[in-house]
Amino acid sequence: MDMSYSAVMSRKKDILRRATGIDYDRFEISPLTFDYEGLMNSCEYSLEDVQRILEETGVGKTPLVELENLTELVRSISSPGRGGRIFVKDEAANPSGSFKDRRAALSVFHAKKLGYKGVVAASSGNYGAAVASQAAKRGLKAIILQEVYDSRKVGQPEILEKTRACEAYGAEVWQLTVGPELFYIMLRVLEETEFFSASLYVPTSVRGIETLGYELAQQVFQREGRFPDVVMITHAGGGNVTGTARGLNKAGSYNTIVVGVSVDLQGLHMASDIDFNRKSFTTGHTGFGIPFLTWPDRTDVPRNCARGLRYLDRYLSVTQGEVFYTTELLAKLEGIERGPAGNTSLAGAISLARELEKDQILVVQETEYTAAGKLPSSQLTFAKENGIEVRRGDPKENIPGKAIVIPEGVDQIRIEDMDMEKIRRSYIERAMKMTEGYVPTREDIEFLAEDSKSSVDYVQETIRSLKVKRAELA
Amino acid sequence: MADAKRGDLVQIHKIVLEPDERSDNLPSCTKSVPYECWIKGFLVDEDADMGDEVSIRTFIGREISGVLCQVNPMYDHNFGEPQKELLSIDTEVRRQLERT
Ligand SMILES: Cc1ncc(COP(=O)(O)O)c(C=O)c1O
Repeated sequence: MDMSYSAVMSRKKDILRRATGIDYDRFEISPLTFDYEGLMNSCEYSLEDVQRILEETGVGKTPLVELENLTELVRSISSPGRGGRIFVKDEAANPSGSFKDRRAALSVFHAKKLGYKGVVAASSGNYGAAVASQAAKRGLKAIILQEVYDSRKVGQPEILEKTRACEAYGAEVWQLTVGPELFYIMLRVLEETEFFSASLYVPTSVRGIETLGYELAQQVFQREGRFPDVVMITHAGGGNVTGTARGLNKAGSYNTIVVGVSVDLQGLHMASDIDFNRKSFTTGHTGFGIPFLTWPDRTDVPRNCARGLRYLDRYLSVTQGEVFYTTELLAKLEGIERGPAGNTSLAGAISLARELEKDQILVVQETEYTAAGKLPSSQLTFAKENGIEVRRGDPKENIPGKAIVIPEGVDQIRIEDMDMEKIRRSYIERAMKMTEGYVPTREDIEFLAEDSKSSVDYVQETIRSLKVKRAELA
Repeated sequence: MADAKRGDLVQIHKIVLEPDERSDNLPSCTKSVPYECWIKGFLVDEDADMGDEVSIRTFIGREISGVLCQVNPMYDHNFGEPQKELLSIDTEVRRQLERT
């Protein structure tokens, strides 16, 4: 068989149909529209089923902890009457140490039920470890493909730790250099092994995360007699936002404001061999966060079930220095030492809680485990070795890839609201470009409105203004 | 004596794609270098030296071939050096809490 890049890519559709057990064509309605809920429900598990399946491997039911000392610190810099109560859901308590166990648990269970002998996942982060861990427990084989090294064979300490974790759970790990050809390797491996593709973006993956939003809404309700006012979610590929928000809705927590937070890495190119080691965060950053909102279907499956733009009320950015500072606060004031990437939304919470009334409830929906490589000290040591300036100062002076500025005080942590309007517009522009020549129907406009959490009027107006812009350019 | 013998834990290296076989949609710094890969497993050959083309059995029992590049590969990522930019945060915020 021809294993060249182009030949393997051209067999993509057949390989993925066999590897996911899903005929994605069944859900296509028009060049623009697909049946999202139909696809989500194509794996026939109720929320109760999912909870039971997760419980079998010790996933979920993680503690919800009120961060009183941190809240006190926030109130000390807030206007009178302000400073909402901050809670954190300690997802590091899952078997492999992050919320990713929830998405791996259902996918691995499903793969086994369908008769696959093993699972394949592409992840340089917590998800690889989660898949390897769940596969170990269920007796399946796991192959994890990781983007680890630049062309000098220098790797981020955080990713090297992830290789170690995957191998500790008995997985075969492919440590690859920088490049989107990871997908080509994935197709090759899937074709060769006939294993299940435990993609981050299949229905079972997002359905697993619904338990997180559902659980936290219930925990808050049982404790406080009401649902949380704000839930803050570290955002990259969109599964975390999508699953959590869907779970909140399933619990009846309809009025909760859903806020995504990413580390600002704008300006760094994600496929660049040089930029690769000029960042300290390997997930939860804008380099994934923005493109996955503006075009979710860029993934390793034909249709992505993680569609963050459908669910986000606000999207914020924080700086690398602010997250390292916050990681210190969580350890020193709350006695909870966790990995920096999982504290991204906590950094955002410190700033956003200042806007809230004292009795309002803000939940940070995750933490992740920490270890060698996944610590502010190891990540900053690596940053300095790679020519990044690290200093105390105003985080506004942070420059991705050049300077990491650790705040001098908690009052300097300031979230930036990303322009949702621009993101929605860019989503619609992309959809139009991908289907050039096709005239959207009423149903398509409704789909785009739902998929971008906007309105029919907004979509129509945006399409009209794009046409004007194009006519002017021509 | 050979660098590794059958059953030793080793790491192999493979060039997956040469620069001209890579995706066209890449920044030039990435497009100009090969796409490479490293995998660990147990040596299948009787014995081998660094740089030899060998076969390994991976942790899930698959056989893969490549060039031997490490024997008994160690994880050497660590906790890093103490960071003076972080060390005083504890005292600073405690002082602030005491003031309120
Ligand atoms: C700890 C942690 N938080 C958040 C995320 C972001 O999740 P998602 O990619 O689903 O947006 C990831 C993974 O990318 C993660 O490992």
